[in-house]
Amino acid sequence: MYAIEALSISKRFGAVQANRDVTLQVAKGTIHGLVGENGAGKSTLMNMLYGFHAPDHGTIKVDGKEVSFKGPVEAIRKGLGMVHQHFMLVDTFTVIENIVLGFESDRRMAPTLASARDKLLKIEETYGLAVDLDALVADLPVGTLQRVEILKALYRGAETLILDEPTGVLTPQETAALFEVIKTLRGEGKTVLLITHKLGEIMGITDNVSVMRAGTITKTFKTSLTNENELAEEMVGRTIIREVNKELTEAHRRILRVDNLYAEDDTGKTRLNGVSFDVHGGEILGIAGVSGNGQSELLEIITGMRAPSGGSVIYTDLKVAKKNRAADAEKLRGNGMGHVAEDRHRFGMVGPMTAAENTILGYQGRESFYQGIFLDPGKVRAHCQSLMDDFDVRPPTPDLPLKNFSGGNQQKLVMAREMAQEPDLLIVGQPTRGVDIGAIAFIHSRLVEMRNKGRAILMVSSELEEIMTLSDRIIVLCDGRITGTGRPEDLTETDIGLMMAGRYEKEAS
Amino acid sequence: MSDLFFTLLLLCDSALRLAAPLVLAALAGLYAERSGVVDIGLEGKMLGAAFAAAATAAVTGSPWLALLAGIMTSIGLALVHGFVAISQRGEQIVSGMAINIAVAGLAPTLANAWFHLNGQTPILEDGARFTSINLPFANALSDVPVLGPIYAEVISGHNLLTYLAVALVPLGAWGLFKTRFGLRLRAVGENPGAVDAAGISVHRLRYIAMTIAGILCGIAGTALSIGLSAGFVRDMTAGKGYLALAAVIFGRWYPVPTFLACLLFAFADALQGQLQGTPLPFVGEVPVQFIMMLPYIVTVVVLAGFVGKIDAPKASGIPFTRDR
Amino acid sequence: MSTRAPTDLPRLVDVGLIPALNLLTALVISGLVIWVLGEDPFEAMSLMVSGAFGYGEAISYTLYYTTNFIFTGLAVSFAYRCGLFNIGGEGQAVLGGIGILIAALLFKDLPGLLLIPLCIIFGAALGALWAAIPAWLLAKRGSHIVITTIMFNFIAAAFLSYLLVGPLRRAGAQSTESEDIVSAAQLMPLHDVFAFLGMAEGPANMAFVIALLLCLFYGVFMNRTKWGYELRVVGQNPAAARFGGISANRGIMIAMILSGAMAGLMGLNEVLGVQHRLVTNFTSGFGFVGIAVAFMGRHNPIGIILAALLFGALYQGGAEMAFEMPAITRDLVVMIQGLVILFAGALEHMYRPALNRIFANPKKIEAAR
Repeated sequence: MYAIEALSISKRFGAVQANRDVTLQVAKGTIHGLVGENGAGKSTLMNMLYGFHAPDHGTIKVDGKEVSFKGPVEAIRKGLGMVHQHFMLVDTFTVIENIVLGFESDRRMAPTLASARDKLLKIEETYGLAVDLDALVADLPVGTLQRVEILKALYRGAETLILDEPTGVLTPQETAALFEVIKTLRGEGKTVLLITHKLGEIMGITDNVSVMRAGTITKTFKTSLTNENELAEEMVGRTIIREVNKELTEAHRRILRVDNLYAEDDTGKTRLNGVSFDVHGGEILGIAGVSGNGQSELLEIITGMRAPSGGSVIYTDLKVAKKNRAADAEKLRGNGMGHVAEDRHRFGMVGPMTAAENTILGYQGRESFYQGIFLDPGKVRAHCQSLMDDFDVRPPTPDLPLKNFSGGNQQKLVMAREMAQEPDLLIVGQPTRGVDIGAIAFIHSRLVEMRNKGRAILMVSSELEEIMTLSDRIIVLCDGRITGTGRPEDLTETDIGLMMAGRYEKEAS
Repeated sequence: MSDLFFTLLLLCDSALRLAAPLVLAALAGLYAERSGVVDIGLEGKMLGAAFAAAATAAVTGSPWLALLAGIMTSIGLALVHGFVAISQRGEQIVSGMAINIAVAGLAPTLANAWFHLNGQTPILEDGARFTSINLPFANALSDVPVLGPIYAEVISGHNLLTYLAVALVPLGAWGLFKTRFGLRLRAVGENPGAVDAAGISVHRLRYIAMTIAGILCGIAGTALSIGLSAGFVRDMTAGKGYLALAAVIFGRWYPVPTFLACLLFAFADALQGQLQGTPLPFVGEVPVQFIMMLPYIVTVVVLAGFVGKIDAPKASGIPFTRDR
Repeated sequence: MSTRAPTDLPRLVDVGLIPALNLLTALVISGLVIWVLGEDPFEAMSLMVSGAFGYGEAISYTLYYTTNFIFTGLAVSFAYRCGLFNIGGEGQAVLGGIGILIAALLFKDLPGLLLIPLCIIFGAALGALWAAIPAWLLAKRGSHIVITTIMFNFIAAAFLSYLLVGPLRRAGAQSTESEDIVSAAQLMPLHDVFAFLGMAEGPANMAFVIALLLCLFYGVFMNRTKWGYELRVVGQNPAAARFGGISANRGIMIAMILSGAMAGLMGLNEVLGVQHRLVTNFTSGFGFVGIAVAFMGRHNPIGIILAALLFGALYQGGAEMAFEMPAITRDLVVMIQGLVILFAGALEHMYRPALNRIFANPKKIEAAR
């Protein structure tokens, strides 16, 4: 008996064939994994199962009966629940207001909330999902928001839950807690479809796993009969080498010193609580931690986008930032500090501008782009062309708006822009977020190459695997404090996980 | 009773009268913005309704038909703006200004074609207007010290639409915060994606909000032309739509504070009328043009007085697309 | 997966057919109103065209209005490229006009070659000042610039009427107007400058040439200077500006100061070019039409000139139509302007999905993926 079935469905958006002849069958009462690269078509498939889009061809069945959803509401009525990667919650509402939204039992709020409260307390008890129903969503940590989303789906009567990349923002411990909830759900007879790109999670929790590549499902395995490597190869359709070539580098001079740094975010919340560390030439310093624990503020202060509320940043012997005084971002670049922003779309690029215009962002004052006082479009275009050739950006057309490029190509261009200046120090946030596997290997090798040349790299990543493979030293941030440091060879993932949760301190030289 | 007290009463009385269209328009703007649509076209909707109401009253002699005509006209304009902002995802500021300008031209054109009075409508008789209502016991109680004159002068003696405007403030607040509809409306202005995921049509909610804005602006325009005045005059809204929007921002998108902001602006307006030609202590007689600037200057000062962006509905002014 | 990336259409469709269709829609609705008013819409349209281009003086009038619209269109575009709505063109033009007049009266003994540049500086400076205050309030206090600039329009109008009944009023004048400026301050009419072309007499003057030069300045500034680049980054993505070491507040101030200066210089055409004095209501809504000009011209210098010409023709032709047709007043022209702003500005993409289907170029889209 299948809880949900997609039978040879296809979907096309304009010129893009997003799903092609996809067949997915999820058995009732199981945890089914769905893996695939960015752009493999997972989201499109989920959106069709959930009624956001109608398939062009093929049928969808729920509990063996054919359905055709006109919208999410019909999917919800048939017992489907979805936890989106970006939570669908209203920040200014309380938890309970968010849960009843769209499924109010009365036209007036008072009776609606009263009846929902009873029902929710029962669900919380059954599944061990304790959440304060009257807390404001804006005040809750992400781990809790995830539980709110699950609670919401169950309140709406979900029998099958679709979880889209649920662990991206969780610590290993929070992930473990989430998996306990998922197992409880299975125990109560619910079906879970888990979408992720983390193969370790698939192996740890699912009963079956389907692999998606280039718009279709290429294979479905029984989890106990496969392994990570097989899945990885199935995902990319070829064997991939997951090694980086790190040479031994000598001890180099100190390039960056962060001294007892304090910072507040835009709402005045303290985000950094006295952080100190050094970065030297010839090393990659990796900063691990769950997003939102001060990494963003740290990067912004070092690169001149924000003023610290205490402490200082010393870059090649110059005090560039001190209390309430931000460094000058443009000047830092002039002095050899490159910056690949954590959030590419928000900071690193201007989507509607052409690729060429984007390659001078941050370097807009460089004389080499000017003819007298006038910006020379020819020179800018030539610069862009050479970056595109060097980093294999496709399509190699400088005049196309950057938003029309794929995520991987955008990231390569942004990376190229910062690396072309041969910086002494490169600050990189999330080097491979939203980038396909082929481009990941390329970006990693360029970073290591730079390190081998004796330059310094400070990298923030929420991908533990990336931190472990690339870093020479690791610093873990939790709640604005350094909760652990060490070399990757001395630390296990569990150590780092505990450090990320702030529950463990291990000092290694 | 001292003269000052009495002058103050008269000021409050005229402030309340002048506030009525402002309050209605501000509530319209509040509902629109809470749903995620920025509506700079309040001005045009009011002006259109003012003309439609005055013209209907002039022809039929019925204030109720006039009110209906005002409301229908304003709803029509609101839906045009809705079409731009919601369905077409066009520039909302440009659309609002376009509607304001088009109505500023169309209303006097039609007035001229129909009534031949150089862009005005005929002066209405009392029967075709919403005239002032004396509340019960107003005269009898006016001798009671302090409270009596307040009741008689400030509270009593306004037209029906003024009382309606005041009554709509708590009603608007109740609708926004105590009903299912209000919950959804606030959600769609904050995070339309969440509303969409809950299976509620974002577009439908926003169109309903625009319709409500249309109705409220329709009453506002009617109050202006056949309540406060006795006919339509060219450009008679004189920036009230913009003041209303400023009041919404000052009131941080909450009905009661917005109402108070409207009273403040209306008080400045009333004061402006009162001060014309009156010498002021220390400065002597101030040129009338400077006094006329008062409500606008008050608005700028109020907007500059605090950082206003933070509380705005997050999705306000941003068209909704399912980006997936 | 937006279906409306402008690059998906052939350029000619994008810059030619779409504006034409938008304009046509506005005109069809205007025609319906004219028909309701009891006049023949086709006759009205032909009156408008002949009124705008039919004879030498008409063309001069059209160019005179065009000049105003170029100034105010540039004003809107300078701000919009930085992500700001400057609805205060009216007020900035009023202040600019006052500045120009004051300079012309103050330095009336100087020769024209010095006097006119001084007028330009004063006009630009006062217009810029009137835009800089709302800009500063936005940068420092986060005040809603749309509302503050509108409020500044009302304040400017009251201030002008104070000046014209008070300090600047011409002694013994019937209407509210200032003294005349000296002839050295007057801008040469185009029919004198271009007499060799046989241009007919009319109000068009050298302010038109100044306006064209400012379009060139606008294009060069936006696309070929560091400041222009920075200002565009601020407009498209303020967070990316912070990333690139660009101060958003500085961008806002520069954009609004230039925007206000453009609007302020509209006074050159009115005060130095045509009226030769300051009169009430000389801005008569030109500032608002700038919104339509800027959007219809796609914030591109050539586009702004063409859109301004269109509105100039509409204004002049409309005046002629109002004169010839008893049921039609100049108010109707205001309505037509509003409709053009609606369809060419706010609804500029209305026909795009349909045209995308007709002109879709799948290969190009594929390449972009």
